[in-house]
Parts: sequence; C-alpha cells; structure tokens
Amino acid sequence: MAEAHPVGFQWVMEAKARGATVIHVDPRFTRTSALADLHVPLRAGSDIAFLGGLINYVLQHEKEFREYVVAYTNAAAILREDFQDTEDLDGLFSGYDPEKGQYDETTWQYEGVEVTAAAGQRQSPKPGASGASVGAESGEDSDAEEHEQGASEQSGSGGPPVGGKPRRDETLQHPRCVFQVLKRHYARYTPEMVHEVCGVEPQLFLKVAEALTSNSGRERTSAFVYSVGWTHHTVGVQYIRAASVLQALLGNMGRPGGGILALRGHASIQGSTDIPTLYNILPGYIPMPSAREDASLDDFVAEAAGSVGYWGNMKKYAVSLLKAWWGEAAQPGNDFCFDYLPRLTGDHSSYQTVAQQIQGTVPGYFLVGENPAVGHANAKMARLGLANLEWLVVRDLQLIESATFWANAPEIETGELATEEIGTEVFFLPAAAHVEKDGSFTNTQRLLQWHSQAVEPPGDCRSDLWFYFHLGRMIREKLAGSTDPRDRPVLDLTWDYPTHGPVDEPSAHGVLREISGTGPDGTAVDGYTALQDDGSTSCGCWIYSGVFADEVNQANRKKPHTEQDLVAAEWGWAWPMNRRILYNRASADPDGKPWSERKKYVYWDEDAGRWSGPDVPDFQATKRPDHVPPEGAEAEDALGGTDPFIMQGDGKAWLFVPAGLADGPMPTHYEPAESPVPNPLYSRQANPSRKELRGAWNRANPAMSDAFPFVVTTYRLTEHHTAGGMSRTLEYLAELQPEFFCEVSPQLAAERGLEHLGWATLVSTRSAIEARVLVTERMRPLRVAGREVHQIGLPYHWGRNGITTGDSANDLLGVVMDPNVHIQESKVATCDIRPGRRPRGPALVDFVEGYRRRAGVETGLLGRNGRAPIEERS
Amino acid sequence: MKTWLDAWPVFRQLTGSDPSGRGEAVRSKRTDTLIPRTATADRVVQSICPYCAVGCSQRVFVEDEQVVQIEGDPDSPISRGRLCPKGAASKSLVTSGTRQTKVKYRRPHGTEWEDLDLDTAMGMIADRVITTRRETWQDEVDGKRVNRTMGIASLGGATLDNEENYLMKKLYTALGAVQVENQARI
Repeated sequence: MAEAHPVGFQWVMEAKARGATVIHVDPRFTRTSALADLHVPLRAGSDIAFLGGLINYVLQHEKEFREYVVAYTNAAAILREDFQDTEDLDGLFSGYDPEKGQYDETTWQYEGVEVTAAAGQRQSPKPGASGASVGAESGEDSDAEEHEQGASEQSGSGGPPVGGKPRRDETLQHPRCVFQVLKRHYARYTPEMVHEVCGVEPQLFLKVAEALTSNSGRERTSAFVYSVGWTHHTVGVQYIRAASVLQALLGNMGRPGGGILALRGHASIQGSTDIPTLYNILPGYIPMPSAREDASLDDFVAEAAGSVGYWGNMKKYAVSLLKAWWGEAAQPGNDFCFDYLPRLTGDHSSYQTVAQQIQGTVPGYFLVGENPAVGHANAKMARLGLANLEWLVVRDLQLIESATFWANAPEIETGELATEEIGTEVFFLPAAAHVEKDGSFTNTQRLLQWHSQAVEPPGDCRSDLWFYFHLGRMIREKLAGSTDPRDRPVLDLTWDYPTHGPVDEPSAHGVLREISGTGPDGTAVDGYTALQDDGSTSCGCWIYSGVFADEVNQANRKKPHTEQDLVAAEWGWAWPMNRRILYNRASADPDGKPWSERKKYVYWDEDAGRWSGPDVPDFQATKRPDHVPPEGAEAEDALGGTDPFIMQGDGKAWLFVPAGLADGPMPTHYEPAESPVPNPLYSRQANPSRKELRGAWNRANPAMSDAFPFVVTTYRLTEHHTAGGMSRTLEYLAELQPEFFCEVSPQLAAERGLEHLGWATLVSTRSAIEARVLVTERMRPLRVAGREVHQIGLPYHWGRNGITTGDSANDLLGVVMDPNVHIQESKVATCDIRPGRRPRGPALVDFVEGYRRRAGVETGLLGRNGRAPIEERS
Repeated sequence: MKTWLDAWPVFRQLTGSDPSGRGEAVRSKRTDTLIPRTATADRVVQSICPYCAVGCSQRVFVEDEQVVQIEGDPDSPISRGRLCPKGAASKSLVTSGTRQTKVKYRRPHGTEWEDLDLDTAMGMIADRVITTRRETWQDEVDGKRVNRTMGIASLGGATLDNEENYLMKKLYTALGAVQVENQARI
C-alpha cells in the first residue's frame, strides 16, 4: 500500500500513531513492511492457506463474535444432507463433473430451500448479493457456451437469490449448520500446516492470529486491505471470500474501522466496473441478457422479481436503463426495447477475445487508454492478436507499444512477425488529458469526484466523451434512413447531448444527469427508490441514482474537510445514496444499539423513530430493529430488522456460499497452476475449475518442473503506472526508476551466479526476457514442503517505447484464469533464471524451444502472424 | 553600514544571524525577484489525480491558457494536499514533449506512419464500424436470438471518466458489440 497507494497509506500511519497494529503479509519486503509492526513473508499463491489458518484459529479458540455471527451471518443455516466437503472428497466438493471441469452446485444449497427458481430455466443465478468492488478486478470460450455455469457473465455483481428462509440452529451445534461445516472444512489448517504451505513460522502466524482476534469484537475492529495481489490468481475470488468469512466471523463488517478494502489501481477502475466497459454486465451490475434464457424482459427479471433485498427491484432498474438509452422508442408494448440488447452465449472476456483475434475472427478493435502489448499477461499473445486484426483504433496520450507493435514488437526482431505482412490498419488518435475535460472518477471507496476542465486540449487531442459522441453521431448520420431492423437500436438511441466550446465537446454534466436519472416530470430524481418499472422514470445507472439530486452535480461538492466531521459527507458523492460505509446497520447490535460507545456509528433512535448517525443509514431509515416482515413481502420489504446485508437474498453475510460460485462454497487451498511444490492439503494440485486457454502462443509450465524451479511474482513501483504509458514517457518518473530489474535473494544469486547490477535472463515456456539484477534481502527464501523455495520479484511496467525502455515482465507469464471472473493468475508463476543477457533475434526462439523440450512441453513454432490452431479446455 | 563585503554570501553567513547558510545569508537579488508560478496564475481549477484509485485532489494552475503547475489540494479529506511521485509529475503528463497531438495512420502492410486529418479519420472509423458490423452480424446462434456482432471489440475504460464509460457502453451495446472490456478484468 505504501508503494502503490502512498497517499492513502497516510491513514494507516495515522492509525498506527493512535495505537493500531499494522501487519503486512507479502512475499516481498517493501516500503509497507518497513513501516509495519509486523512483516509476514509468505509464498506467493498460498494466501488461502494463511487465511484458512486464521479462520481455523478463530473457530478452535472460540474467538468469533458470537452475537454478531448468530444474528448477521448464515452460520446457523442448515445445509443439505448430500453436501460433501473437500475433506470427504480429497480436494473436491460434491457436484464436480471431471469431464467439463465444472460444478453442479445443487448439493451446496440450504436444506429445503431452492436457491434457483425453476431448475433448468437458468443454470446460473441472477443478482442478489454482494458489495462494492465486486465485478471484475474484484478479471473466458466458445464451445463451452452451452454448459457454462456459475460464471460471472450471468450473475452480474450479485450472488443468487435465496428462495425462502433456511432452517436455522441458533445454538450453532447442528452438525450440518454452516458454522459446524466451516469448522470441519478448516480443521486441518493448523499453524503447522500454514508453515508447511506458506513458509510462515508458527510463532509468527500466532502473533498475527492473536493481534487480529484481540483487536476484533464489541470494542474494536480490524480492517483488511488488498489489491491485485489477491485477485490475480486462479482462485482469486476465493481469496476475497476467505477474507469475507474471517471478517464476518470477527464481526468486522459494516462497522467503522472494519471491512475488506480493495485498493484499486486506476483513477476510475471502480467507475468502469459500476458503469461497466465489461462484457458481462450492464450499468449497476445488472447482468447482460443471455441468449439461452432471456427471450423477454419478464424472463430477464423473473428470478430477481421473487427475491428478497434490493435486487427484488431489478425490473425498475432495468426499465429505467432502457428508457435512458432508447427514450421514446422504449414503450411497454415493445418490452421497452429489451430486444435491442445483444445476447451473450458464454464467455466473451478479454483473453478469449485475444484468442479469437489470433484466429482472425475479430476484425475491429478499439484500445482506449490501455496497452495490452505490455499490460496483458502473456503480452506476446496480445501482440499476436493485434497483428491479426483488420483495423485498430488506439486512443492515448503517447505512442504506446500497442500502437507501434507493427514496427517494433519483439516478434519483429525474432522473425515471428514481419511488418509488411501485418495487415492491421492502425488509427492513432491523440487523447485529452484529465485537466482538458470535465468528468467524474469513482475512486476505490465508491466516491465520485468531479474534475473540471482547466484548458482546451491541444491539436487533434480530444476527450473520449468527444470521440464516442461524435463517432455515434456520424454512424447515425450514415445509417439515417436505413430500413434494416438491425439498425433500429442505433437509430433509436437517445443521442442528443448538447455540445459547447471550440471543438463541440459534449456536456459531461448532461451525461452524469442522465446516469443519475429523471422522474415523470423530467426533473432529476433523488435516488433509486424513486425508480419505477412502468417507463415513467429514466436512469442510466441505478446505483449512481441521486448523484444529480436537486439538479446539483453532487460529485462536484468540495467542502473542505476542515469544515466537516470525520465522515466528510459533503465531499463528492459515494454510491449508493452517499453512504460511506456499506451495510452500516451492522454497526449496531440486533436491538439497534451501538455495539459499544467506542464503535458507535449508525444506530436506532427510538425517539425519532429512525436510524441515526453521522453516515447515511444503509437500511430503510424507519424500519425498526424488531421488524418482522409480513408474509408475502417483496424486495427490501421482505428484509427483517436484523438483516443488515441488504443486497443478499437472505440479508445475511455468507460464511458459506450456497450458490453462485464456480469453484466451491468455501475457500480451499489449491496450488497455483504453476507451482514448484505439491499441494500438502489434498491430492488435487490446482483449482479443478480453473480456466485454461491453450494454443502454441499460450503454453503452460508444468507444475513441479525442474526446468522452471523458481516462483516469480509481478508488482508495481511507486514511480510507475501499470503498462507505463503514463509514466515511462515522463522525464521525472523515468529518472526515478530508470530500468527494468528483477529482485532476487542473496541465496538465489549465489546459487545461480547472479551479480548485483549485472544482467539476468528469465525463462518460461512463453518467452525469455532480460532484466538488471537487484540482489536484496528483501526477497527471502522460504522453507516450504521440506525444501527451499526461491521467489523472484518483477515490476511489470516496461516495454519498448518511452524514455526508459526494457523487456516486459508480462512476456514471461501465461494466461490461466479464475473460473468466476476470468482474471489471469499473474501474481504467481514459475520460471528459470540465469546470469547474462538473453539471446537476440531468432536465437531467442530456439533458446525457449530448448527449455520447452527440457520441460516436456509441446514445442513448435508459430505460424504466419502467430496464427496456429488452438485447443481449449474449460 | 553596508559595504561591498555584504554582497558576499560567506561574509553574511559568518557575521550575520544565519551561520548555517540556509536562509537570509544566501539570498540573492535574483532570488528576491522570483515569483512562484502559482502566484501569477490566471486561475486555479480543481481536479483529481489521474493515476491510481485513491483519488487525491489536485489544484491546476493556468496561465495564458497553459497548465503551469499542478499541486495537491489541502481541502481534500482523502489526500489533505499530498501527492505521490506520479501525481506530482502529472503536469508533465500534460506538457510532455513526446505527447502526441496529431492523428497518425498506418495503412495495412505499411511501414511508416502517415498524417491524417481528424475528420477524415473519424469518417473512416465510422465506415469501418458500419462495414464490420454488417459483415459479422449474427441474428441467431444455435436457434437463439443474439442480435450482435462478434467482430468489434474494445478494451479500456479504467483510466477514463464515468461519463465516457457510459457513452462507450451505450453506443457499443446499441451497435451489438459485446466484447467490451477494460483493465478491471486484467
């Protein structure tokens, strides 16, 4: 955090100054470790074993916050008799189909409760759960389309609805209640096992366990902070789940000083998940409709319509969105143009698209502030995709590698690509910088903050708002008069944004107002509770509804923090409804009283008859804590007064996920796809549901291969930003971090003859790259499974263009993905390292081929422009 | 009484109230005439740092319609005026000498960039979208209505504004393009 989010880290230091204990769990010793009370180095890819160890510690020592757990989690829910755990099946849960590599989740459900309505109608559920930064960062196939299940393209951000109240045992003694099932699942995650898997000494582990449990409960709360170090894994979603289980057991959710905080890496990556440039969702985590199930709007909202919690209103959100997009054309008689939405048939995510580009089936590509030729795992695969397009539009501030691949990709040097043979037509359009346009970013805490235009952009530089508005305008003009029904969605679109200034810039305020929504009289709505399903309201993103309440751009509020309380509710605007802590009803006990004076936040005010406190209550404001919903109540009205997790189908935090995950109801330690050691816990080596994408351009290092004995992990530097387009191009930053390097321990340096400041070559089945050597005790070898495991650190910012140049760490990595969100495992892989520079030209290809032969991996060169037949396994 | 010796910083350091030579003793006439760019700016505009998702506030100083300085905004409850090395360098993101301000075009199989007028480029891109959309259109897949094109993909959005992402998703969806992705997947 001190490295990649340094200004946010000031608050950790503030907390430390007030007595907080700061614990840093990371394979590397970094600036964060230097300032922490405790640094816990662990093996990359072993965090579920570590967190599972903490869960086991809590359960074995009865350290859970019992009253919170009983009232606010699903610990008491009773599971079906035919559920089998990984302990019973040696690393598999019940329902696994080895041929498809997928689970049928039927046996994971609550006893006597159908979690999905009408089995067979929808194999995977509609939304009904979860919080803020879910979605993609919180990272898919074609023939797998008909049997895809439990995957994110169908469930948006939400988990599934729960079709009824499960039977509960509030003593938590029933052998099939979630609490007891959880206890058995983690019983072998002992301090000794944590040592065996993670390389963390039992004494150090116990220090963490004691610090965490003694700082949780009625009087105190603890927070977890993570970044892509937790998501870039084949079990990334389960990493976050493990933290969720632990924090729910400790009563650290919905309370001040608690939570699980995702530190996201781009100015509006949260915003681009909420208002998604993602294939599987529509704005506000409404799923994209599926070809299989969503013939009509009523089919689309059917499951959600019967569910408890705010997702029960999905039809209101969906109809208001359709009204925002198709305006007058969207009428009850035509299902509000629901038919205009394209349909999904499976996984259409980024790496899948790259594979199809290489196959030559995706002619057109837009790159908008993104540089996959450096930033995608297996960057070579991304470059081969670019080389097989018909046309490419790149919008950026600088000439990034993805714009110039046809001239200087590493494959030109090796002879795998030839400039004259690449048929891709490239348009480079210069972009406006942040100070040259109006607009809002949503930061990592769901806070929308407006930035105002300071100057006009130079030359041909334009905002992306300008580009997409005018592109849409021109396409509509060219299609005007078309009688082809396929063009109706384009021609009926509401696309009349007012423009201003010398370049006809569309009004960003106007766009935000459309996102926020308007009522029957055309004025801005106060929030999503005003939305209707009859077409009388319009709203571009229901969770952002209210950001333009009172016709005021609430994101542009800049009241100094010195004039506000700690919550600073008048700075910017947080979705939803300006709530700063989600699920904050849980900050009070079941009776509505603060858990303690020290941790008082949102509580029931009997005199006023409402929830009160410094934050906006994340609960119906006047719903009493003793409220019992009447029979037949729907949506939020079906939630009781002690159901704080209002987006969940049962209002509870889930220690066990009865439906909605592709790889199991409880987090389980699997080894990374590329690991030097066997899994000590189960005979299942890696996540059995992981997604692979196979081709000559994406080969995998075998697990426990002597050819690739070392662990490699990638990371960011304070002075650079992702794929480098905004940092390697700037003089100050290039001077501060002038060269690509690898971090190795003195022991590994001695073993392999690596010299500090000298060169090293790193090799995988994908490619070989060179880096300067940084020998440092910050990298510590760990004893794991009876042997010494060396880990190598690589910053991933470098490429061929800019002021400071170097090989790309991502060239070393392959693509193997989490089955829920299709994010790649780029935080852990294997490699070899040797002293000296890598071979040049075609010799590089021969060098890597030699390694493939040694490792027993398929060999063979790529065809023209990298084209080769691909095989898939899902 | 002032003498020629007073013009000599070492003399002032040895005899004056600034023996360490870090204050008055080393001030020159030129130092006294320097004025910070922030003082002469025509206006100050509030902005947000474009790098990570912490969301530090920035003050953008503009003089003669040029950005002359970007500093942290002390009003922000998030950053309280601080910026990291990247945020502190963000003025050079705007003023970088290698920043591109002209459209560039590489024709199929071409070996060099060519110049292209922005309007021409926009028209050509609009034509490519329309043509590719028609050529790759799918009404149905396996007997189910899909109403889409799998021939146009997009990557990017995490560095853009919410309003920009909104227009992108709205336009792509109306065009039937579904392979719309951004860094949040990566």
